[in-house]
Amino acid sequence: MTHTPRTLSALGLYRRMASASIVAQLRYPGTFAIQAIGNFVTTLLGFFGIWSLFRRFGSIAGWDIGTVAVLYGLVNVAFAVAETLGRGFEVFGGEYVRTGSFDRLLLRPRSTLLLLLGHELRLRPIGRFLQGAFVLIAGLWLAPHVQWSAVLVLPLAIAGGAAMFLGVLIGQAALCFITVEGLEVVNVLTYGGVEAGQYPLTMFGRWLRRFITFVLPLAAVCYYPALFSLNHPDPLGMPIWIGALSPIAGFVFLGVMVLIWNRAVAGYVSSGS
Amino acid sequence: MQSSHPASDAITVNNLRKTYRIREGGSWRGKTREIVALDGISFSVPKGQIAGFIGPNGAGKSTAIKILSGILRPTSGEVQVNGLVPWTNRVAHVARIGVVFGQRTQLWWDLSVGEGLALLRDIYGVDPERFARNRARLADALDLGGIMDQSVRQLSLGQRMRAEIAASLIHDPEILILDEPTIGLDAPSKLAVRAFVHELSRDRGTTVLLTTHDMHDIEALAERVIVIGHGRILADSPFEDLRMTTLSERILELDFHGTPPELALPAGAVETSRAPHSLTITFDPRQIPAPALVAHVGHLPGLDDLRISRPSIEEIITRFYADHAA
Repeated sequence: MTHTPRTLSALGLYRRMASASIVAQLRYPGTFAIQAIGNFVTTLLGFFGIWSLFRRFGSIAGWDIGTVAVLYGLVNVAFAVAETLGRGFEVFGGEYVRTGSFDRLLLRPRSTLLLLLGHELRLRPIGRFLQGAFVLIAGLWLAPHVQWSAVLVLPLAIAGGAAMFLGVLIGQAALCFITVEGLEVVNVLTYGGVEAGQYPLTMFGRWLRRFITFVLPLAAVCYYPALFSLNHPDPLGMPIWIGALSPIAGFVFLGVMVLIWNRAVAGYVSSGS
Repeated sequence: MQSSHPASDAITVNNLRKTYRIREGGSWRGKTREIVALDGISFSVPKGQIAGFIGPNGAGKSTAIKILSGILRPTSGEVQVNGLVPWTNRVAHVARIGVVFGQRTQLWWDLSVGEGLALLRDIYGVDPERFARNRARLADALDLGGIMDQSVRQLSLGQRMRAEIAASLIHDPEILILDEPTIGLDAPSKLAVRAFVHELSRDRGTTVLLTTHDMHDIEALAERVIVIGHGRILADSPFEDLRMTTLSERILELDFHGTPPELALPAGAVETSRAPHSLTITFDPRQIPAPALVAHVGHLPGLDDLRISRPSIEEIITRFYADHAA
């Protein structure tokens, strides 16, 4: 048997798996529409809470509604991208480890990360994405000192934020090798991260500030780039240019989680449990 | 497709050991205990052979299959499959084998069979012409024409299993591992699966390793049977030899409407159990042919019914284990 496999590139294969997953999701268009609209409305309601606070008090602790809207938009758009890409990791414990389907994945001549990314390109978070993008643009409209040149940093911030949240999902999946169902506690980092990212860093106590700066680089992908774009000095004294570079921390975090994932898979292969 | 070295082995396993550590009591800090799943097994399978791999649950079959498939690393020992060590280069190894787990699907529930096969084409990097040829051949041999456009979710178990087998062969693997391929199937589907595997081996020289609890699968397909129990190989012989030694035994069950009478049995037959209304006799048909034994008991007073059966694979292996355990 001498055949040289005409192996599709990782990106090409991802595209094929993603389009197959879209076909599958759109097989029930009604369900998809209801879920996407539900996703949009739920996230929008969340923003109304913040909005009504600011309408009542004008500004809170020196933060105006525009700045907060930019933070809110950034974190939600980034999380929506991660949810879209990382569904395979989110359901990993229940759908792969507990059922033994992970063995099936290992039988395919491709990287497990690529195969799990291809599990589903989830369309439902488009509700959160659109709503976040809408609030982000509205925030830029309302904020007093938008640096239009600096706004170029926002796409980098979104990418860094998406990478960070994807990293959390991958880390959560790696934990499933130990706990099978995955730790609900990790949702503190995903949904909790989205909640925390919506507020300026100064709102939090010292230990939480440190956590979302140095452990989970939430401030690096949201707060600092937002300050940079809005030309808003950091009340905690960090130089403003930090925000142009800090989103890179999201990619570093993702890289670390990928290493942990590879270690966890190697551990699974050697222990068989 | 036959190799130019017919004598070479597709699979060689040498002194393979696997131990698991389990936590007692399920608590996080409980003591760990070592479980020996494979206790130094060795065998080899020549190219093109269909080898049956049988043993009761917990015997170590699944562990061995997982190691051969490259998804589990053994504690010690050597394995070569197609000349590769499965666990050191998983990606290269799994590209050259096909695996069907009877109880798990490798297709996508939400996609049609055809869409799933096309996705596998891209995962395995099968070139389009070859894919079209294989797809047509498999669709024909496994009768998939009518279900190509159906989503996997809607298939019956028999249809799904045929689709699974096609999916495991779309990339022309040299070795096919079948783990319980007929479990839960109805009789026609079982026959179809067996006929297909038989042809695959005959026409394409594919090496097949088959695990099953169904004695008929083994009878229909396996040229050679490896019996595994408690992590060791209890027997490794051509199927005919196994049949002659252990499988020759038959069981005769007799039902009575009163208390079964005391009876004198001819040589080669033994009474193995007695209940208020029934009697079980085990016999060796080489010593006492079944018709002769039936004639012998047929006139017994109060006899209602009688049945002849073979020992199940579990019984055989249990006996094998009892015979071979120190």
